[in-house]
Amino acid sequence: MTDETTVRDSATARAPHARGFRGLSDRMVGWTFIAPSIILLLAINIFPLIWTIRLSLTNYRANRTAAEVKSVGLRNYERILTDPDIWNAMQATAHFVFWTLFLQVLIGFTLAYLINKKFRGNDLWTTIIVLPMMLSPAVVGNFWTFLYQPQIGLFNYFVGFLTGADPSSFSMIGDTALAPWAIVIVDTWMWTPFVMLICLAGLRSIPESIYEAAECDRASKWRQFWTITIPMALPFLMLAVLFRGIENFKMFDLVVQLTGGGPGSITELTSINLKREAFEKWRTGYASAYAVILFVTVFGLASIYVKALNKVKER
Amino acid sequence: MSFSVTHPSLRQKWIAGTLVILYALLTILPLLWIIATGFKSPSDAIAYPPKVVFDPTLEGYVNLFTTRTRMTPEALEEAGPPQTWYDQIVRQYDMVISGPSRYGERFLNSVIIGFGSTFLSVFLGTLAAYGFSRFKVPLKDDLMFFILSTRMMPPIAVAIPIFLMFRQLGLSDTHLGMILLYTAVNLSLSVWLLKGFIDEIPVEYEEAALIDGYTRFQAFYKVVLPQAATGIASTAIFCLIFSWNEYAFAVLLTSGTAQTAPPFIPTIIGVGKDWPAVAAGTTLFLVPVMVFTILLRKHLLRGITFGAVRK
Repeated sequence: MTDETTVRDSATARAPHARGFRGLSDRMVGWTFIAPSIILLLAINIFPLIWTIRLSLTNYRANRTAAEVKSVGLRNYERILTDPDIWNAMQATAHFVFWTLFLQVLIGFTLAYLINKKFRGNDLWTTIIVLPMMLSPAVVGNFWTFLYQPQIGLFNYFVGFLTGADPSSFSMIGDTALAPWAIVIVDTWMWTPFVMLICLAGLRSIPESIYEAAECDRASKWRQFWTITIPMALPFLMLAVLFRGIENFKMFDLVVQLTGGGPGSITELTSINLKREAFEKWRTGYASAYAVILFVTVFGLASIYVKALNKVKER
Repeated sequence: MSFSVTHPSLRQKWIAGTLVILYALLTILPLLWIIATGFKSPSDAIAYPPKVVFDPTLEGYVNLFTTRTRMTPEALEEAGPPQTWYDQIVRQYDMVISGPSRYGERFLNSVIIGFGSTFLSVFLGTLAAYGFSRFKVPLKDDLMFFILSTRMMPPIAVAIPIFLMFRQLGLSDTHLGMILLYTAVNLSLSVWLLKGFIDEIPVEYEEAALIDGYTRFQAFYKVVLPQAATGIASTAIFCLIFSWNEYAFAVLLTSGTAQTAPPFIPTIIGVGKDWPAVAAGTTLFLVPVMVFTILLRKHLLRGITFGAVRK
């Protein structure tokens, strides 16, 4: 971080050198570099966001453009917060986010710890583990429905082989008790490598000298792990949790293809629920309010979390 | 120091290696299964117990790229003997090929939109990153955070107004619309990653160029760009992979001419439960990314953590 500031300072301190380009001041040149990106983001991100907020205060329906648009004040928000369907979706999302994070952190950190032992060929095996996260979640999710088929599915066969259960006796995506776990398993398979890579970066950032000092003080391996490895890798681990948390709160593609929110609405996460309101029931105003609530929730939770993260980093 | 953490013993390496390799084999199994299923006949694909050894056939691939119609025995007789190997495969089921399927077009759309948006987001991203890295921009930190925060929005949440906006502007279901949209989504990652790369290039190089009489823009593309080439390439790969894999916007905003492969592949299965064709389509779509990942692993793995740790 200090490197970055010095680079920046020296760039600005010597800025006068840059003057004299067809009469443009240095600041203007800087803006010409940045402006196109900002304009595109304003047009495709911020303008739509403002539009969403405006729509959320109306009863607009995108499939009936001729109908009169009336302002309904905050009634959409009121209805959403008292709608049991939406609380169900929130609960399904919470279950999904919690368990995926838990498993991914546990497995991801363990793998990173093992890979950091630097056995021969570790980079090749790391790459193989990373493969799932590079693939299209929707396409992969679609194919997992095949692996999850009762009897003929590879997953069911595998579980049957390990536990002795009959592979046709259970259906991961057809059973209301199993479906929430079916999506957790696939997401964990896909995204554990992400947590692993960040943890690995964390473990590799720990200077060897600290361990050497601990050896001199005759600290046990166990103690070294809890007093050096974990605290030093914690900021990285928390960062991984932040990214996965945000992504999984928004989860749509994988689960839509895997279960479509079913059976019933047991795996209907908020994004899937929102899509149904907006593009199947066409309650555009209502869905906009829903979108605003989701965005505020992610943003709020993420900001609180980032504050906590910064405190950990300061220690 | 034989048992130091920094120098693990041979036994520790063995245990760690075995566990990691076991996990890697388990994690790659579903992917190998997809590839294998693409070469199975429909009956082999749904055999119980699952078949590991089977007669490979290209049926899945033929079905993926064609549409077929069932014919009566008389009509088949009239049509004469099969002309090509793929005709022959289809004839086993009393069918003839009636035309190409949509898969080729959808795949091509993915290529066009993927490369188009990657080019644009890397182009704009490099300019912006250079601006942020080298110039005194008012509200720099706020702008950088603003760029990052655009990534926190659930795609479905912005999809509603974008859907309306595209409908107004006639951009729905067009390549241009999708390219602009993916560019905007990728831009935050591209600016953040590239700023990191450009920050690492010493300013002195450009200063020397400026003293030699280069203009700012000449210094930018003759000095900075070549230096940042590796960073630009790895950023491009990330953008390409994102656009290639994206589903939520594609399924909501495209239906025909500009539909990409991810929303199309799940529809291949049809009523006949043709799993080998789905597997074939999935394989062709996923394998390029896998090959890319393995070939470029050094840059990619660095990019993932680099981008994350910076933020």
